[in-house]
Amino acid sequence: MEPVIFEERKTQIHRKGAEPFSISCNKSSLAGAVSQRACVFCGSRVVLYPIADALHLVHGPIGCAVYTWDIRGALSSGPELHRLSFSTDLREKDVIFGGEKKLHQALIELIDLHKPNAAFVYSTCIVGIIGDDLKAVCKKVQAEKGIPVIPVQSEGFKGNKREGYLAACEAMFQLVGTGDTSTISPLSVNILGDFNLAGEIWIIQDYLKRMGVEVVANITGDGRVADVRRAHGAALNLVQCSGATMDLAKMMKEKYGIPFIRVSYFGIEDMSDALYDVAKFFQDKDPEIMARTQELVREELTALYPKLQTFRKDLEGKKAAIYVGGAFKAFSLIKSFRHLGMNVVMVGSQTGTEEDYQELAEITDEGTIIVDDTNPLELSAFIKEKDVDIFVGGVKERPIAFKLGVGFCDHNHERKEALEGFLGMYNFAREVHATVTSPVWNFTPRRRKSPIAVGTAEEACLS
Amino acid sequence: MKIAEPFVSTTNACKMCTPLGAAMAFKGLEGCVPFLHGSQGCATYMRRYIISHFREPMDIASSSLGEKDAVYGGKANLMQGLLNVIGKYKAPAVGIATTCLTETIGDDVPTILHEFRKECPADLNGEMPALIHCSTPSYGGSHMEGFHAAVRAMVAQLADPETATHRGINIFSGFVSPEDIRHLQDVFAHFGLPATLLPDYSETLDGPALEDYQNIPGGGTPLDAVRAMPGAGASIEFGRTIKPERSAGTVLRDKYGVPLHSLGLPIGLRESDALFTTLETLAGCSAPRRYALERGQLLDAMVDGHKYVAGKKAIIYGEEDLVVGLTSFLSEIGIKPVLVASGGESGLLAEAVAAVTGEFSGDPPLVRDGVDFYQIVAEAEALEPDLVVGNSKGYRELARARNIPLIRVGFPIHDRFGSQRVLHLGYRGALSLYDLIVNALIEKKQEDSPIGYGYI
Repeated sequence: MEPVIFEERKTQIHRKGAEPFSISCNKSSLAGAVSQRACVFCGSRVVLYPIADALHLVHGPIGCAVYTWDIRGALSSGPELHRLSFSTDLREKDVIFGGEKKLHQALIELIDLHKPNAAFVYSTCIVGIIGDDLKAVCKKVQAEKGIPVIPVQSEGFKGNKREGYLAACEAMFQLVGTGDTSTISPLSVNILGDFNLAGEIWIIQDYLKRMGVEVVANITGDGRVADVRRAHGAALNLVQCSGATMDLAKMMKEKYGIPFIRVSYFGIEDMSDALYDVAKFFQDKDPEIMARTQELVREELTALYPKLQTFRKDLEGKKAAIYVGGAFKAFSLIKSFRHLGMNVVMVGSQTGTEEDYQELAEITDEGTIIVDDTNPLELSAFIKEKDVDIFVGGVKERPIAFKLGVGFCDHNHERKEALEGFLGMYNFAREVHATVTSPVWNFTPRRRKSPIAVGTAEEACLS
Repeated sequence: MKIAEPFVSTTNACKMCTPLGAAMAFKGLEGCVPFLHGSQGCATYMRRYIISHFREPMDIASSSLGEKDAVYGGKANLMQGLLNVIGKYKAPAVGIATTCLTETIGDDVPTILHEFRKECPADLNGEMPALIHCSTPSYGGSHMEGFHAAVRAMVAQLADPETATHRGINIFSGFVSPEDIRHLQDVFAHFGLPATLLPDYSETLDGPALEDYQNIPGGGTPLDAVRAMPGAGASIEFGRTIKPERSAGTVLRDKYGVPLHSLGLPIGLRESDALFTTLETLAGCSAPRRYALERGQLLDAMVDGHKYVAGKKAIIYGEEDLVVGLTSFLSEIGIKPVLVASGGESGLLAEAVAAVTGEFSGDPPLVRDGVDFYQIVAEAEALEPDLVVGNSKGYRELARARNIPLIRVGFPIHDRFGSQRVLHLGYRGALSLYDLIVNALIEKKQEDSPIGYGYI
């Protein structure tokens, strides 16, 4: 059989144990390779979009706005402006004569209609080419309307998703530092890199509240402009999905001296560690906080463990493959699978860094395939080679698993089931169990041949 | 006809972009891998969007242009991307569609492909696949322009009168569901009419469970069948809003003299009658009994259910040809279309709607083209519709906000299961839509009622 791996991509795949660790990553996707990755615009759009009381206007032809319309399950406890899809819907004449006038008019009418607290204007490929001066238009509208109007330099071709994250962080950083911080508690944090999918941020906020910690801004989920403006008043930044918001945390550290810690809310260890790290950070200010945190974790785990054990009975020894957007999530998933008695045999991401992959190589078993920016041909080959029982990924990966007769868990930004926190670990285990133990796999052609012969003619028996 | 309020921005568009339509159409050619010449995001977004409707693999390759390619041109990436995708997928055909980026930087795709054919056969062991290209700048219309551009490109670039042996019928069915395509195939088979249906994604986007992952799913219109199209006895093309310069049927008629029958999408009784009478003429015989029976069963159901639907007001939105068909059907069963809306801008919608509603008395529906959901919702305020007919995108702001049923038809359907199996066409399609509509209205009545009637 022909090898499925492109010659040019060989250095982006590492098999643990076969050779010393080395992987290349963070480069442009190979032309013609059907990458699972999107673009710069996508990166900035998904990070900023959950700010629910801001106007998010996509300056470009219609596609970019349509395909990102309400794309994340990012819930809001109040305004829902983020769930609408605004675009300048550029036409041929705008491309020829320039789209600045249309952009100006669009902003004015949308701001008048929706009264947002800020506006983000996303630049798409075409805007970068025709050279519309986004900054100048935004500045003008900001002066006219008296709200922050922030350009997001996210032309799709300018790199990969990571450049989009940076553009988003730069945009948000323009808001930080413009609000009043006088009433903020000394025990306070900002939540960065959590998108409140299926209301997950509310689970985390509840834990922090039980610990006595105030949340100043949920920067990227159930977000509000006013909160982001006063985010510099928080004592600590908690950075999840570090690829997306680490840049913002670094900027806030540099300018406002706010320290940050990297956290993950997925799985038992990482969730507990996140809470303990917060407690440790504040224990000088509040000596009781560690005891409260321990009590919280104990309470949650006592309820969770027996439930997990019932799932584990059926899942012990099964094999899992992981392909997600950001590598950080993969660490938590590997640990979560271990709690279910399962082994991860393939793991990869769209945007991991060399350090991320190095760390993955350290925590995975011998023989595990580690892959950067992969594609359907490789994914299907790896799944078959490793004979996995479940694949974790997003919408684009789902049909690959199902066509191969393999279980699947949606662990992407469109999920409607909360997977964070202790409750999330239970939901994850339940979903993994539901798919891995389904009877349907017994009937897929890979496991059981069809008893029906395949005729050659449409109505063979008549002839 | 434009809406009174001169909004320049778009809120919740009622259309998709041109390259998406092209990718869909290319997916209906056997062995063809769709390829977008542009930055990586376009291909990935469209894959995600289409997969979520069909729940099937949808591999779309990309030339993955970066910043320097945008400045110096995308030729090198396009050529390397083609080599890669042909080499790994062993694709007998690649459908190349441009994007707004490559159209604007001015990449000359036909010339690049010409050079590719000249320079690269050695890299491909001499096996050069069919390379079909179409120009689909996303600022040049909606996904329907892209769909038709790709169908027309396949016909114009593959048709070869020298090898033409096919004596049957060409059918260009437009953007319909896989179930619709399967139904059309059955209809032609039952009439004994050999037919080439383009595009045919009935299997490529609704495939069976198989033993292995297919890099290129089976099914699709065979390349040779498209090559042989000039030899056909006639072409049938659905769609009352396709302009001749965008139509594949026109190419075959004007270039090769293949007679063209332009019909509306056969949705409902009258538009299906138009198809079946055309088929009777082409086949030179009466319709097989099963269709007379299906027609009778449809009429019987229309009579049985007429009071449930009588006078109900509907808003219909989606692709222009689809909404014309749906409007025709709703009018004939006694539902009043009050607003017919589309994001498309062929300029032919109002006339087409008038043609299918004119037979019935009463106020003609408002017809809006080039609109988005913000405008549709604004119009809906005063119209007090009883139901909404269209894709999933009208759910939240239009149907849910008014607590009225949404009959999901067309593309995309992202919030229901089995969208590829929704049948719209022919008497049987009309009957299944009819059942959906009547039951939705009955369910609504039941839910609103303080009494839990078990018989209705």
